[in-house]
Amino acid sequence: MLVSAWRYIVEHPDRFGAALWRHVSLSAAALLIAAMVAIPLGIWLAHRRRYALVAINAANVGRTLPSLAVLALMMPLLGTGFVPALFALTLLGLPPILINTYAAVRQVDADVIDAARGMGMQQREITRRIVVPLAVPVIAAGVRIAAIQVISGAVLAAYIGGGGLGDFITAGIAMMQVSLLLVGAIPATLLAIGTDFVFGRLQRVLTPRGLG
Amino acid sequence: MIHLKTLVKRFPGAPRAAIDHLDLEVNAGEVCVLIGPSGCGKTTTMRMVNRLIEPTSGTIEVNGRDVTHIDPVELRRGIGYVIQQVGLFPHMTIAGNIATVPRLLGWDDARTAQRIDELLRLVGMEPDAFRDRYPRELSGGQRQRIGVARALAADPPVLLMDEPFGAIDPINRTRVQDEFLKIQRQLRKTVVFVTHDIDEAIKMGDRIALLRDGHLVQHATPAQMLAQPANRFVEDFVGADRALKRLSLIACISLANPGTAVGAPEVAADTSARDGLAVMLGSGARALNLAGGGGVVRLEDFFGRRGEGG
Repeated sequence: MLVSAWRYIVEHPDRFGAALWRHVSLSAAALLIAAMVAIPLGIWLAHRRRYALVAINAANVGRTLPSLAVLALMMPLLGTGFVPALFALTLLGLPPILINTYAAVRQVDADVIDAARGMGMQQREITRRIVVPLAVPVIAAGVRIAAIQVISGAVLAAYIGGGGLGDFITAGIAMMQVSLLLVGAIPATLLAIGTDFVFGRLQRVLTPRGLG
Repeated sequence: MIHLKTLVKRFPGAPRAAIDHLDLEVNAGEVCVLIGPSGCGKTTTMRMVNRLIEPTSGTIEVNGRDVTHIDPVELRRGIGYVIQQVGLFPHMTIAGNIATVPRLLGWDDARTAQRIDELLRLVGMEPDAFRDRYPRELSGGQRQRIGVARALAADPPVLLMDEPFGAIDPINRTRVQDEFLKIQRQLRKTVVFVTHDIDEAIKMGDRIALLRDGHLVQHATPAQMLAQPANRFVEDFVGADRALKRLSLIACISLANPGTAVGAPEVAADTSARDGLAVMLGSGARALNLAGGGGVVRLEDFFGRRGEGG
């Protein structure tokens, strides 16, 4: 079965390559957008208790939604294809990054911020030079969680026509052909493990030397 | 140098004003200790000087300028600030921490680097050994020294210190206090120093401002406050042993008479009278010889000082 899965890949390099590329680009784009929205939003919320409660609770609810449900909900709204899949995966990636960013900024020592302000740093200097560097390790952990969720969730994108490695899995199931299923499942798994490894490394590199 | 005029601070929702018509003048080159029970407003008062807290009414002049007319960010860059937990930036090296204000002021790298080494030497830390270390690699006392060095970086005329030595163990605290006094004798900064420790206030202060419920109860030199407490509250606050505390303000040499006492213990001439008395009590002797032919202090000499300001 593994052999025939491998043979399929070798015999259809274009089809496999395209699916892999679609999977990676879809995930990467979703993760990037999620990070670009959730990190600034998390920092902003950390200074505003009232909105924060609502937003963080919403994010927590968002995190409990099954990936497939999020994708399915996109269909009546945005139809099928790349864009709805991207949108759904972005939604999937938002909560962990938002929650971690918020927590990361909140845990920065109040005395450190007081000292910075007392020495005449402006709010944006405090954010850029003190808060963000100190929050980076926890934010990176959030991005890492989001990356895994998005990569795994992207398998389900096939159900709403988003393409990617999930196409092989759905086709394999439909045709009762396990080897075809594995053409999607094994690379998708390896991709998730590899992503976790890379982001773990990244997290360590981004942690400022004076910490941890 | 610092002049608070009918200063009032009322926090929203608070039943009474945190600071209630406070007048206080701190002379240039003087350490003014703000002290009082918790909630007396000492920290609030200090934080209004660099506008971390805005006064409800009244004025604060620093160097003849009303601080409310100065941009707070610019104001703070010209005032050194040291807090209890030090608040060193854990992700920056010691050099990076000290360089904070010089960088905000746009100093060039060469000047900043030179200043960092100068300050490390000033606080008794070898520049080559510490410049590139991180705060967590330092002991509490060393961190506190860096906190002082960082506050002095741009050579501000005014320093605000909020219980700066509160978080260090007693032995190191004494050492860091002594070092700071030595530096202060050299630099003559105008210092507002908040503490809740009366012994620290007596030791560090040129003058002490005792606050209670946002009012100034007494503003006097340590010796005056110990000798003539303004009222019962001050008396209680400085403690029943205030007569002993006064002795810590004078050196044995100032009590000495010429001569020597046979068989009496010898102490350094600059030993405080309080420590000298402790040596006498401990050894059972009724006299002390001062090293280097500084004379002799007899038990009676302690009584001869009564009523004087010290």
